Amino acid sequence: MARFVLTRLVQSLAALAILSVVVFVLARATGDPLHLILPMSASEEDFANARKYLGLDRPYVEQYFSFVGRALTGDFGTSLRARRPVGELIAQRLPNSLRLAAFAMTVSLLIAFPLGVLAAVWKGTGVDRAAQIVAVLGQSLPTFWIAIVLIEVVAGRLQWLPAGGIGGLSSYVLPGFTLGWFVVAGMMRLLRSGMLEVLDSEYVKLARVKGVVEPRVVWVHALKNALIPVVTFAGIYFSILVTTAIVVETVFAWPGLGRLAYEAISSRDFPVIQAVVLTTAAIVAVVNLSVDCVYALIDPRIRYAR
Amino acid sequence: MSADAAGGGAVAGAIPAAPARRRMGLRGRRLPVVSLAIIGVFVLAAIFANVLSPGDPEEQSLRNRFTPPVWEERGTWKHVLGTDRLGRDLLSRIIWGSRVSLTAGVLTVLLATAVGAGVGLVAGYHGGRVDTVLMRITDATMSFPVILLALILAVTIGPSFINVVIAIAVILWARYARVIRGQVLTLMELDFITQARIAGASASRIILRHLFPNTLNTLVVLTTLQVGYVIIVEASLSFLGAGIPPPTPAWGSMISEGRDFITSAWWVSFFPGLAILLVVLAFNLLGDWLRDTLDPKLRQL
Repeated sequence: MARFVLTRLVQSLAALAILSVVVFVLARATGDPLHLILPMSASEEDFANARKYLGLDRPYVEQYFSFVGRALTGDFGTSLRARRPVGELIAQRLPNSLRLAAFAMTVSLLIAFPLGVLAAVWKGTGVDRAAQIVAVLGQSLPTFWIAIVLIEVVAGRLQWLPAGGIGGLSSYVLPGFTLGWFVVAGMMRLLRSGMLEVLDSEYVKLARVKGVVEPRVVWVHALKNALIPVVTFAGIYFSILVTTAIVVETVFAWPGLGRLAYEAISSRDFPVIQAVVLTTAAIVAVVNLSVDCVYALIDPRIRYAR
Repeated sequence: MSADAAGGGAVAGAIPAAPARRRMGLRGRRLPVVSLAIIGVFVLAAIFANVLSPGDPEEQSLRNRFTPPVWEERGTWKHVLGTDRLGRDLLSRIIWGSRVSLTAGVLTVLLATAVGAGVGLVAGYHGGRVDTVLMRITDATMSFPVILLALILAVTIGPSFINVVIAIAVILWARYARVIRGQVLTLMELDFITQARIAGASASRIILRHLFPNTLNTLVVLTTLQVGYVIIVEASLSFLGAGIPPPTPAWGSMISEGRDFITSAWWVSFFPGLAILLVVLAFNLLGDWLRDTLDPKLRQL
C-alpha cells in the first residue's frame, strides 16, 4: 500500500512539473503585459525600467526556475494589475471557492444518492423516469444559461434569493445548485447502473435468502459495492466542478478563484494566471491522489494490479 | 486515476457477448426518433443557413432593436423570434449559429478521436514503458481544466474558431486514450491477436486491422456523447468572450450579449440557450441509445 501511494505521489508531482512548464510558456506567450500596465504615454525608458523592475528582462529559463523556487514557498510574485502579492489574492479567493465547491458537492451528494439508489430499486417507475430526466437535463443545460435564467427568475422576478456576490447561506443556493447539477447528473447515472448490476448479483440474493431486511440489503449490502465506480469517477467530477466554477463564479460575481482566473486572463495578469492554474491543478492532483488511495483501500484488486 | 482498471474489467466481460449483439443489430431497439429529428433539423439549418435564414444575421437596424418575438405584443412576423440590442434578427442568427456550433463540435471531436484513439491503441499494444509514459501524459492532460486552458490559449493566440477547436481537442483526446487503451489491453489477451502475431503480422497491421475495428463501437458511442459536451464548452468560451469573436453569430456570445437586458428583453438570451439545450440533449440521448445498443458495458461513460 505504501508503495502504491508513493508511486502515485511521484506521478502527480511529475504531472504538476510538466504543467508548470506549460503554464509558464503559455503565460509568456500572451503578449507583452507592459502594454497593459503602463500608460499610453510611457517612453521606451519607462518600459525598460518596468521590465527590469519586474524581472522580465532575464532569460526565460532563469525566470522559470526562480518562479518555481518561489512558488514552492507560496510566493507567486506580484499581480501586475492589482499590484499586490499574488499569494495574498489567492489566499483571499481560495476559501470562497472551496466553500462554494463544498456546498455544491454536499447538495449533489444529497440529491444524487437517494435518487440514484431509488431509481435502480424502483426501475421503470415515475421516480426512475424523473431521475433520468434530471440526469439528462443536467448534462445538456449550458451552465451559464441556466445561471442567467435563475438569476432573472428566482432573484429578479421572485426576489427570493440574492442575485450574486457572497453573503449568508442564501447567497450559496443559486451558484451552488447551478454548479452541482452537472455532477448530480453524472453521479446519479453511475449509481443507478451500479445498483442495477449489484442488485442482480448472487451475494445480494443470498443476503435476502438469509432474511436480511430489504432496506438493509439495498442501503448497506448493495450500495457498498455500487459505490466503487462512483469513487473512481469522483476525481473526474471534481475537476469538472473546478472547470464549471469558472463560468458560475463569473456569472454570479462570486469572489472565488474561478473569477480571479477570468479577470487575470482578460487583463493578461500572468503571475496571477500561473498561480491560479497551478493552485487549481495542485488541488485536483491532491483530490485525485486521495481518491486513488481510497479506491485502493476499498478494492484490493487495484493495489496488486500495479 | 484508476478508471482504466474498472473499465478494463467491464470490457473483458463484453467480449464473449459480441456475436449475439451483432446478430440483433440495430433493429433490436426502437430508433430515438426525436433526437434524430432534432439533430437533422439543426444539421439542415447549418448546411443551408444561407437559404433558410429569413434575413442577414449581421444586418443591424437600430430602429428595430429589441423587437419581441411574434406572439408578444409589438412582435412582427418579420422577426419571428425578435431582435437583439442592435436590431439583428434572432432567428437568422440562431440558424447561422448552428453552423458554428455544429462544425466546432464535430471537428473538435474528430480531432480528439483521431489523436486519442491513436495514443490508446499504441499504448495498449506496446505496453511497458511506452504505455507508462503515454498514460502519464494522458493523466496530466485529464487533470487540466478544459476551460482554463482554452481561456489561456484564446488570450495567447487570440480568440478564433480554429483556436477554440484546438484548445478543446488538446484536452479532450485524453478521455478517448484512456478508454481505448483499457479496451486494447483486454483485446491483447485474446487468442486472435496471438494468432496474428504468430502468423507474422506487423505491429501496424495488428493495430489497424485487428485492434482498431474492435474499438469502433466504443469510439462511435464516445464520439456522439462528446459532441454535446464540446458544444457546451464552445458556447461557454464564447460566453466568456474567449470563443468565436463577434460579429460571427455564435450561440454562447449571443447569450452573453443578452445578459444585461434579461429583464427587459428576455428573448435575446433565452432562444440561443434553448437551441444549445435542444442540440446537446439530442446528442446525449442519441449517444445513450447508441451505447445501450452497441456497447451496454460502457454504461458509466
